[in-house]
Amino acid sequence: MRPFRHATFTPICDHRERPVAAFDRLDGMQRTQNLIVCEHCDSVYRRRSLARGEVADCVVCGAVLDRHQWLGVDAQFALIFAALIVFVIANVSPIVTLGLSGMKAATTLWGAVIAMWNDGAQIVAFLSAMTLFFFPLGQILIFGWVLWFARKGIRAPGFPLAMSALVRVKPWSMIEVFMLGTLVAVVKAHTYFDVVPGAGIWAFGFLTLLVTVFSSLDPRELWDLTAEAEA
Amino acid sequence: MSTPPRAIDLGMMACHVCRQVTAYTEDRHARCPRCGNTLHARKHASVSRAWALLVAAAIFYIPANVFPIMRTQSISSRDDNTILSGIMELWRAGSPGLAVIVFTASIIVPVLKFLIMGFLLVTVQRSSGMVARQRARLYRFVELVGYWSMLDVFVVAILSALVHFKILSRVEPLPGVVYFGIVVVLTMLSAMSFDPRLIWDNRKSQ
Ligand SMILES: [Zn+2]
Repeated sequence: MRPFRHATFTPICDHRERPVAAFDRLDGMQRTQNLIVCEHCDSVYRRRSLARGEVADCVVCGAVLDRHQWLGVDAQFALIFAALIVFVIANVSPIVTLGLSGMKAATTLWGAVIAMWNDGAQIVAFLSAMTLFFFPLGQILIFGWVLWFARKGIRAPGFPLAMSALVRVKPWSMIEVFMLGTLVAVVKAHTYFDVVPGAGIWAFGFLTLLVTVFSSLDPRELWDLTAEAEA
Repeated sequence: MSTPPRAIDLGMMACHVCRQVTAYTEDRHARCPRCGNTLHARKHASVSRAWALLVAAAIFYIPANVFPIMRTQSISSRDDNTILSGIMELWRAGSPGLAVIVFTASIIVPVLKFLIMGFLLVTVQRSSGMVARQRARLYRFVELVGYWSMLDVFVVAILSALVHFKILSRVEPLPGVVYFGIVVVLTMLSAMSFDPRLIWDNRKSQ
């Protein structure tokens, strides 16, 4: 993997030609396009375009301000489409199959959700269904929807709502934790049973890889890459 | 090196959802001109919400550890495991490496979250300017690792679905796992309610 070069943004007070006081006169809903504010400490920077592999860190608190978007919109759309296919495979195929003296038992993600529901752990069933199915699927569909229109440079119908949903859902999608949980469960079951990995486990592994790629992208870039469609 | 100014001092604020920079407003009903979400310079009632959720999580953490999370049943035996005893069994019978991972996710991470969030909340309430950069880093750590604590919950879910051999062998979830799931969600909500900008607001020193 190529190393990230770290960059810091120009603090806005360094720009003599545009005094900071000018911003005091911002009124009402007036917007400021070329500024970026650190989400963790409120420091203000002038935005600049990043070179390939660059990550801009806040000089005050060290949080990531901005990353270079190393994948174009078309490539992102292709990846999200791949993710949708892999997501379907991961959900319909058995994750693992257990054998015990001639008997076999297999399960899918929904098998696990239903088992928890029937065995009195409905809250866990609900949490699993949300964090492993509905939120990840929602992310894929919504991101695919906005990317499809972004390829033509326009904002999809419901764009503001879709973009807000993507930001809010992100922390609640837990595919990669489930992947690790599957490995732990396999090792635990291996002590007593014959374990045969199913297609589902490979699909979840691949999905984990895609999740990692997408976590290095910020969908909020799409606000700058698209323009409002002509009514 | 010069320190960049802060949005609040420049009479600006940024939308917490889409990052659009707008003029500062006290209006609680003001909406972002770009994405339409409510604008606020700081998360609303951040400290009290984060405290309430953290205390609730700490209360649920007791039954999560005391009650067993999983029952393994066969013809000859019945075995109830708590989080800790499950880890010890994995250490002995399965893989010590994975046992360390589960121990980290289920015990170390939640305890660290309680300690770090408590520390961040206390220092913010005292307007401490001490080690601000390090505290900012601790907050990012909590945000990054928090959801990995769901690991054990998913392990129980998969095993309960898999091990279903009638009377021969069966795995069932027990109430501890429900409490544990609630703990993870509450600590995540607590961390999300906390506003890291407060670390840099009204600091006494400097
Ligand atoms: Zn910062």
